[in-house]
Amino acid sequence: MDFSGFLMMRDEISLVALILILLLYDLFAPAKARKVFQPLACLLFVVQIVITLLPVSSLEAFGGMYQTTPAASLAKTLMSAGTLLVFLFSKKWIEEKHEIAQGEFYFLTLCTLLGMYFMVSAGHFLMFFIGIELASIPLSCLVSFSKKDGLSAEAGAKFILNAAFASGISLFGISLLYGGTGTLYFSDMPVALQGTPLQIAGMILFATGLFFKMSLIPYHSWTADVYQGAPTQVSAYLSVVSKTAAAVALFTIFIKVFGGMAASWRPVLYIIIILSITIANLFAIKQKNIKRFLAYSSISQAGYIVLGVVAASPQGLTGILYYMMVYMFANLAAFGVASLVERQCGNAEIASYNGLYKTNPWLSVLMMFAMFSLAGIPPFAGFFSKFFIFASAVQQGYYILVLIALLNTIISLFYYLLIVKAMFINPNESPLPRFRSDSYSRIAMVLCFFGIVLSGIVSFFYNKTNDMATESMEMCGLSRPKAVEETLDANPVPGQTLNTQGSTAMNATASWPSVLE
Amino acid sequence: MEYTLFILILPLIGFLSLGLLGTRLKGKTAGYVGTALLAATAILAYITAWQYFSTPGVDGIRPTLIPLNWEWMRFTEHLHIDLGILLDPISVMMLVVISTVSLMVHIYSLGYMEGEKGFQRYYAFLGLFTFSMCGLVVATNIFQMYIFWELVGVSSYLLIGFYYTKPEAVAASKKAFIVTRFADMFFLIGILLLSYFTKTFDFGLLCSGEENLFASAAGKTFMGGAVLSWAMALIFIGAAGKSAMFPLHIWLPDAMEGPTPVSALIHAATMVVAGVYLVARLFPVYYFFTPEVLHGIAYVAAFTALYAAIVACVQTDIKRVLAFSTISQIGFMLVALGVSGMGTVEANGLESHEGLGYMASMFHLFTHAMFKALLFMGAGAIIHTVHSNEMSRMGGLRKQMPITHITFLVACLAIAGIPPFSGFFSKDEILTATFMFKPWLGVTMTFIAALTAFYMFRLYYNIFWGKPAQHDHPLHEAPSSMTSPLVFLALVTVVAGFIPFGKFVSSTGAAYIIHLDWKVALTSVIIALVSIFIAWKLYCKGSSKVPDKVAGFFGPLYTAAKHRFYIDEVYQFITHKIIFRCISQPLAWFDRHVIDGILNGIAWITCRGSLAFRWMQTGQLQSYALLLLCGCLLLLCIGLFR
Repeated sequence: MDFSGFLMMRDEISLVALILILLLYDLFAPAKARKVFQPLACLLFVVQIVITLLPVSSLEAFGGMYQTTPAASLAKTLMSAGTLLVFLFSKKWIEEKHEIAQGEFYFLTLCTLLGMYFMVSAGHFLMFFIGIELASIPLSCLVSFSKKDGLSAEAGAKFILNAAFASGISLFGISLLYGGTGTLYFSDMPVALQGTPLQIAGMILFATGLFFKMSLIPYHSWTADVYQGAPTQVSAYLSVVSKTAAAVALFTIFIKVFGGMAASWRPVLYIIIILSITIANLFAIKQKNIKRFLAYSSISQAGYIVLGVVAASPQGLTGILYYMMVYMFANLAAFGVASLVERQCGNAEIASYNGLYKTNPWLSVLMMFAMFSLAGIPPFAGFFSKFFIFASAVQQGYYILVLIALLNTIISLFYYLLIVKAMFINPNESPLPRFRSDSYSRIAMVLCFFGIVLSGIVSFFYNKTNDMATESMEMCGLSRPKAVEETLDANPVPGQTLNTQGSTAMNATASWPSVLE
Repeated sequence: MEYTLFILILPLIGFLSLGLLGTRLKGKTAGYVGTALLAATAILAYITAWQYFSTPGVDGIRPTLIPLNWEWMRFTEHLHIDLGILLDPISVMMLVVISTVSLMVHIYSLGYMEGEKGFQRYYAFLGLFTFSMCGLVVATNIFQMYIFWELVGVSSYLLIGFYYTKPEAVAASKKAFIVTRFADMFFLIGILLLSYFTKTFDFGLLCSGEENLFASAAGKTFMGGAVLSWAMALIFIGAAGKSAMFPLHIWLPDAMEGPTPVSALIHAATMVVAGVYLVARLFPVYYFFTPEVLHGIAYVAAFTALYAAIVACVQTDIKRVLAFSTISQIGFMLVALGVSGMGTVEANGLESHEGLGYMASMFHLFTHAMFKALLFMGAGAIIHTVHSNEMSRMGGLRKQMPITHITFLVACLAIAGIPPFSGFFSKDEILTATFMFKPWLGVTMTFIAALTAFYMFRLYYNIFWGKPAQHDHPLHEAPSSMTSPLVFLALVTVVAGFIPFGKFVSSTGAAYIIHLDWKVALTSVIIALVSIFIAWKLYCKGSSKVPDKVAGFFGPLYTAAKHRFYIDEVYQFITHKIIFRCISQPLAWFDRHVIDGILNGIAWITCRGSLAFRWMQTGQLQSYALLLLCGCLLLLCIGLFR
């Protein structure tokens, strides 16, 4: 047996190892040793992140069930980094409220992370489905983690039922696709797709699962309630990590598998983007609760991310990954500050932020930076991420779409600035008293701070992302369908086409004019 | 030579640390920290210069080194914005000038600014300025230069407005910023035009003289001018803004509201010559592709030099005299560039005479930086003692301030072009170059040189000779922290003329041997001496009635010059009466009633809209699922029946 397949999966295997270690440690370690559980978990997690940073090339394993590319690996690193930041922010909260359940929190979170890893790296629809389920079901436990809190329990119920509903539709779509093409391998499907109504229906129904995860409109209705009810740290996780997985998976599947049917999905995504950005903005303006506010903001941000999918070019993929990186820092900073303030004042009303600058200047400045970055004000990173993703869409000629997106950034500026105004300008007789946050949160905030400031102006981040994305697009099965056909001819038995040094080499030589013409 | 990066980093550290620590530091400590960092910067700059100039290039041609280049933003294969360090003769020379003058100003300010409120802030801004100016001269591409160009603009703004409680200082800082910013707008358009056609920002490529690079601009015209000429002319407007060329000079005299050491550093020695530096940097482009623009630059500069010299003759505020003198001298440098040709390397490895103007311009930039900084610092020392800028409050100071007196005299002799002081050598080269280009221009420039000698010695005699003014406090020499930079710069001024400058800096990089043209040199020295004699006659005694008679004789011209030929009033008229009345007010009406109306309408629709979508968010699970399903089916229909 060839073990090299396992070696390629080192990201997943290291994560599984981490999960098992933490599970066993939590079960069997003596009470004294359990005191250091959280620092230990964070430390080991850092090691795991370093492992995901090791360079990978584009390869397939297990007969094409599993695929890895530099871009996928980068996405995994981003997701892990985001999760680590969430862990740092939640340390104190777990200690205070759920000491006994600390192992559970880490176990569940990392399980969902594993599911997301598989979403990003799947090479087969069922593999992908397992990934998405693995990412959803433990997540609903996390959402209802504060069991005694009515809102949290309600949010958990809403999340699991909605997710099940979306998964059902998605699975139905997969079955239609199987009926229409006779295969579920990503690499075999493009040749079998002719754009028949059955296949189109299968595709759009299948995508429900992804749209649901990214909480795009009209698949978004759960978002605000769940974000509000869930523990703030879990909302942060939902808004960043879970979206990253879905966005990257959406890009790979739509380009790689459904690239030939772009004419059908393009208008769908077009509508979704406009709806998501615009309606979410309209909702965000009216929110009084910071978590609901951030929920709507994250919906509209997801809309911007889909622009990269529509662009369907290496720049688009770069745009998505880079956007996610920048968005991760800004959004986690916002949620982090929100969780700290919430712990101090006991509610999540925006009104509690009035006059925060007077008593907690550093916290306010971080929140302001996060808001500026989310709104896309230079020189913060958010400006550059928006710029590049808009540029990728403009390159492909989507002028009207980008114009609408631009107009919406102006609207979004208004509500992001409302938070800043609350902190800096609104008068308050009795603002939140000055408080010191715990050292773990402070580390996380410092990381976010530097992320917001540096990931924009230091071009290394963008250039590196760009290199990885371009490499992935070139090496992976992302050439013109014709090239795939030729590969298939050379290798007549489907399912075994996949030890494909040959096809990789051939695709690498086929330069990149868009798949979609 | 990667260590050159620290020439930029050290002042930046100074700015950040002093700026962030702020008032937690004692004023004195902040000053010492800033000065120490600058001293280290200066030493690094000297090491750089020594290492650069001591290594001979291939065939005796000085190389262009790029020790660091870091790609910042990539647009296409060739079009990318880099941040890097470029070392060639002029950038290394500028590094030396900037760090020397800046160090002197740092030391000088320890005495001059003692006890001022905001001492830390002052040193932080000085650090920011030095960082930006060094970044400007070592820019590897025109966009990096533009970034730092704006940064020096900001630091200049901050320093002019240092006394922010004084309304005049605030107004002057705003004026300086807006006028230069206005010019920079054209600069940016020029950059974009140039890079649109050449597809690059890189100086190395632009200055390679490659014809193909400009091929796409060939034959394209706009309003009768070639596009490339437009681009280069627009870039020059940016340079003219920073270098205070007519009619964009109006900010510089007002900028004298800032602390005097700042005037010495920014408004005499370094920032104002950024425009000259820019033209020198792009000289091959100007010379090979748009010679008509280059000649235009020469005429504009010559006119400015004449205008400013005339105005300087009648000003009574000593800093204003120096400000107009600076404008005039920058005019000299730009004239020299404008009339210059591109030298060719001859068989003996030396450069031919066509490149004289370029070399002379850079030489004058170098010597002028030193003696003009010296003049400003001397003026600062006087103001420090007398507490006034007005000439009438001075007189007979040579006894109380001997060191200031001697150093000031040295600088005056240098700027007047008396051998063996440095100004003589550089100015003589400029005059020779202009005579080579067009004799009448040479005559004009010689006349301006005579005016220069006259107004400088009018200043000198009025300050140090003449009738002493009454003061209610004893006058004294400045402290040693202020006089030591004066002495140092005076020494530099005495010896700088003997530097074989052409060996280091020339248009091609090959060595240029400076010859004195005796005809030109003799005439200019004689008329300078005559001018000094006239000044002595008129102003030395202090009681002579002749100046008033002369003023009466020139009548309207005198009054006009005294009011700087009403250029500021013209600006006032254009901005307030024409632009504000005829354009701004209708626009404001349009903005208030039409644009705001539309925006309010949008806001109203937005608010209505957010109410209209409320039904989506009921909180009920069933309706959520229904919405999801309906949405899904709708999208399905779109996908199927697009």
